[in-house]
Amino acid sequence: MAGNQVKERKSLSLDKGTYSKKADQYKPKKNIWWNSLKAFLVGGLICGIGQAISNFYITFFDFTERTAGNPTVATLIFISVLLTGFGVYDNIGQFAGAGSAVPVTGFGNSVAATAIEHRSEGYVLGVAGNMFKLAGSVIVFGVVAAFIVALVKKLLFLI
Amino acid sequence: MHSASRISRQTWKFQRDIRLLGAGVATGPLEGQGPLAKEFDCVFDDAYAGEESWEKAERKLMEQAVQAAMKKSGVTAEQIDVMLAGDLLNQIITSNYTARDHQFPLLGQFGACSTSMQGLAIASALVDGGFTQYALTGCSSHNSTAERQFRYPTEYGGQKPPYAQWTVTGAGASVVGIGQNGPRVTHATIGKVTDMGIKDPFDMGSAMAPAAADTLVTHFEDLGRTPEDYDLIVTGDLGKVGSAILQDLMKETGYDLSSRYNDCGLMIFSSDQDVFSGGSGCASSAVVVYSHILNALNAGRYQRVFVVATGALFSPVSFQQGESIPCIAHGVVLERVNGI
Repeated sequence: MAGNQVKERKSLSLDKGTYSKKADQYKPKKNIWWNSLKAFLVGGLICGIGQAISNFYITFFDFTERTAGNPTVATLIFISVLLTGFGVYDNIGQFAGAGSAVPVTGFGNSVAATAIEHRSEGYVLGVAGNMFKLAGSVIVFGVVAAFIVALVKKLLFLI
Repeated sequence: MHSASRISRQTWKFQRDIRLLGAGVATGPLEGQGPLAKEFDCVFDDAYAGEESWEKAERKLMEQAVQAAMKKSGVTAEQIDVMLAGDLLNQIITSNYTARDHQFPLLGQFGACSTSMQGLAIASALVDGGFTQYALTGCSSHNSTAERQFRYPTEYGGQKPPYAQWTVTGAGASVVGIGQNGPRVTHATIGKVTDMGIKDPFDMGSAMAPAAADTLVTHFEDLGRTPEDYDLIVTGDLGKVGSAILQDLMKETGYDLSSRYNDCGLMIFSSDQDVFSGGSGCASSAVVVYSHILNALNAGRYQRVFVVATGALFSPVSFQQGESIPCIAHGVVLERVNGI
């Protein structure tokens, strides 16, 4: 560079503290209302389908309202695994967000998707070893929470 | 001679007639439906490329790109003195296997999505210094291998935000040597790691824009140049969000890029393709530069182009541990040699 250049060197003025807020202005805004409506409708639809399946088992098979719970969940999970395998569930998820992730179908999808993904590493270490990677936290916190709630209920009963 | 090569701490000037002799590009189906598809050497109509795993598919893409690069440059595998390549996967495994298959001396590169220009800069330096006669440089990425590495399984029903990007499934490779034909590689500016505290791994554009700005400003200041000295200034994969941020950052610093700026992530897909904020991945820059931009330089549509490939240097563990995303950007200047 020429030694006699008097021009001051331009430099970027970026502040780590404020950059994140500045960058937020450029991100397309999520439409919370529309997203919530989509989640509500799809989630409700899935639950509605679940209710229909329950009614089906109660009407045509020897199940009561109480015992129909298990086969209903199993059927819903079967459907979500099928849709995951067909490559459709992720499209539903992109549309519905929590509406398809929260119901038990989302649980089925997380297990199936991970199992499919890790097929290339074999059935033992790949599929079986990885398939609960995403669902694991649901299982852990669900079981622990159920335990604590049951414990609290028992203790309250003793008092 | 050496002090003339070192313009500054970050900017190199190549002394000899370093040329990009030829390049090859291979992509997956989605890129093959994009606006630049006709300029690609090889387009697979299936993301598995006929292989059993995504990882093997990515290897096949790199293999096709390397073959096309050697064919178009007229350089054989035995003549390649070194391969400088990388990808997004653990231990840059795609590059390792490709070098094994051809028995190329290998210098693996990791620059995330800045690998293409990192490799090209170093390849040019090795040729310029007389260490190498012909250097092969390239990189690859695959949407599914990258999702598996950094985010969620492909079929997982998680909802991606609108500012997320789509990792390009593809590979680009080029052969660098002295003289003959092709555009000249004149300068390179090596980036520093820039971290502005962005933590969201879906928000790569915001994270990488400051790194691109830093390298651009450094480059202009080091060489006493302005955007007007270039026919095109292109970034690797900032996407819609990142490129908007970059242009404003540059304007605030006194450089107006607007009339001659574009982003490879926006060029590789058309606006009606469902790719959120645009393409990303190592291949984003490599595929566009080694096909469309190279063709334009050879045809005389551009005289001088500055390519700034941008990379996010985070790991799947680092963001889970709540760390921010450090980024980097490397730039290389390509100049058409008239009369060729």
